[in-house]
Amino acid sequence: MDEAISFVFLMLASTLRVATPLVLCAMGGLFSEKGGIVDVGLEGKMLMAAFFAAATASVTGSAWAGVAVAVLAAEALALLHGLACITYRGNQVVSGVAINILAAGLTVVLGAAWFARGGQTPPLVGDQRLMPLFLPGAGDNVLVYAALLSVPLTWWIIARTRFGLRLRAVGEMPLAVDAAGLSVAWLRYRAVLLCGLLAGLAGAYLSIGQNAGFSRDMTAGQGFIALAAIIFGKWRPLPAFGACLIFGLLDAIAIRLQGVRLPGLGEVPVQLIQAMPYLLTMFLLAGFIGRAVAPKAAGVPYEKEH
Amino acid sequence: MKPSRGPLPTWAEIVLLPMVNVALAFIVVGAIVAIIGVDPLHALRLLVVGALGSSESIGYTLYYATNFTFSGLTVLALDRWLPAWLLIPIAIASAALLGAAWAAVPAWLQAWRGSHIVITTIMFNFVASALMVYLMVNVLIAPGSMTPQSRTFGPSGRIPAMHDVLQAVGITVAPSALNLSIVLALACCVAVWVFLWHTPWGYALRTMGHNPEAAVYAGTSLRRMTMLAMCLSGALAGFVGVNELMGVHHRIVLDFPAGYGFAGIAVALMGRNHPLGIVLAALLFGALQQGGAELAFEIPTITREMVVVIQGLIILFSGALAHLPRPWLQVLFVHRA
Repeated sequence: MDEAISFVFLMLASTLRVATPLVLCAMGGLFSEKGGIVDVGLEGKMLMAAFFAAATASVTGSAWAGVAVAVLAAEALALLHGLACITYRGNQVVSGVAINILAAGLTVVLGAAWFARGGQTPPLVGDQRLMPLFLPGAGDNVLVYAALLSVPLTWWIIARTRFGLRLRAVGEMPLAVDAAGLSVAWLRYRAVLLCGLLAGLAGAYLSIGQNAGFSRDMTAGQGFIALAAIIFGKWRPLPAFGACLIFGLLDAIAIRLQGVRLPGLGEVPVQLIQAMPYLLTMFLLAGFIGRAVAPKAAGVPYEKEH
Repeated sequence: MKPSRGPLPTWAEIVLLPMVNVALAFIVVGAIVAIIGVDPLHALRLLVVGALGSSESIGYTLYYATNFTFSGLTVLALDRWLPAWLLIPIAIASAALLGAAWAAVPAWLQAWRGSHIVITTIMFNFVASALMVYLMVNVLIAPGSMTPQSRTFGPSGRIPAMHDVLQAVGITVAPSALNLSIVLALACCVAVWVFLWHTPWGYALRTMGHNPEAAVYAGTSLRRMTMLAMCLSGALAGFVGVNELMGVHHRIVLDFPAGYGFAGIAVALMGRNHPLGIVLAALLFGALQQGGAELAFEIPTITREMVVVIQGLIILFSGALAHLPRPWLQVLFVHRA
């Protein structure tokens, strides 16, 4: 019995560990998408933040400095995305793709030039990392709780505040917001910056919380899984959180099942489980599991009439 | 009252604007190079010499350009028992068919179920790479091999290398990865041009792109055209596999597309969606890839990934920020008028 309880606890803990960056990223992406800015660049922002978190922590010796610089790095990319999508009304998907490629290259180029370890940062020890707060075995560092807190907070901001109301309006019908005398651009910039903040925390979690240092391409598609979670949650915070937990659980199972033969089924291909978030999201998008309706103005640049 | 700004002259739109965009990207690259402590002009010289300085480097440049002309995902079916004249066309055709089949799923989802095609194709990229890993590790791996790669193709599964072909007609060039796939790439450019600008389907496709409502009014089936466009592009993407696997590696290796898919977006953007422009943009990207490799070899503090940075910046400046320099140019032309 004790064994079963400890197994459940271990699975829960590892699910939460894997889901934390997904949750932070998904909540960030939610702000952006609710405001009408599609963010394919979550992955790149998270990667850039992960690099700068580890680089700063290893140079200054402080994990908190790492978190701060990670957020700044992600915000820089968020501003770039805002500049391209809001000010210059460029294609939002193309901008996101560019940010992903830029981050994938720049983290390795800077890492190799600064640390001469083939793109990796030196391994982090002690105060350079975020340590578990209450449960030493579970890896429950401060950003795990930040992720858990970000969900009700995101819900409250979007559903219950004046800013949230305007944000939703700007994502559905920017013309109406403009006509009401509010700045569409400023609202959208705030959405994009909130997204950068949360993606920055997610990146910091990866390199100085969950792992002890940065390695190239360490986000490994998690930004896209977060995007899938947003869609799977039909652009609502709580269901998106649920989707992150499901995807986290799938990942935890995939690690457990590596090379294990199940009775009657044989060996389950790990790749199939890893592809599940994407497959599930495609089923959802195809309308087989309910209908996911994006904010109406998402992806459409707003041009103010003169 | 702002001065009225008319549209730019055509030559400025298709030549000047892309060049300004690329120039902006390179200015940022120069700044990054300077940040990591290398003289940007020295690096630029190495890049250019590395890409175009010898027949070997030009060969590699063209080889990379071949990939960028196709750009895409995956090829799987190959066999060694058939003779070359039969096998190579079959393999190329199955690469195209598989590419088309893979693209057909998101196309169908878009056309019949209304799913957003950008999101579904990104999701499908990950599914493709998971499937590829599974097949490589469990099915196609060469017996006794530790790394996930297939057995080497027999001679009939290989596309002749360019230096061998030229040798046969008496021209000697340094060996490189350039192979006859480049002929296929150029043929595809011509075929795409003919298809888009000189057939009824191409006309319908272009109409759909410019104004879907007008296309529907003219009797075009948006669903059928979406399927057609996606399947064709999937087929072309399949050819990247031909250049990489049949032309060079002569076996199936993991992750061989190595970012060519997304770079293909940049090439299409820079080439202003015209086959001739795409050939030129692909040449630029091929030169970058090869020159970047030489640059990384010469200067240890710069890694190969510098090329990825440059590609990212070019996508940013000639795609998402394409309108950034437009007002400057417009001012320039208003004065002249």
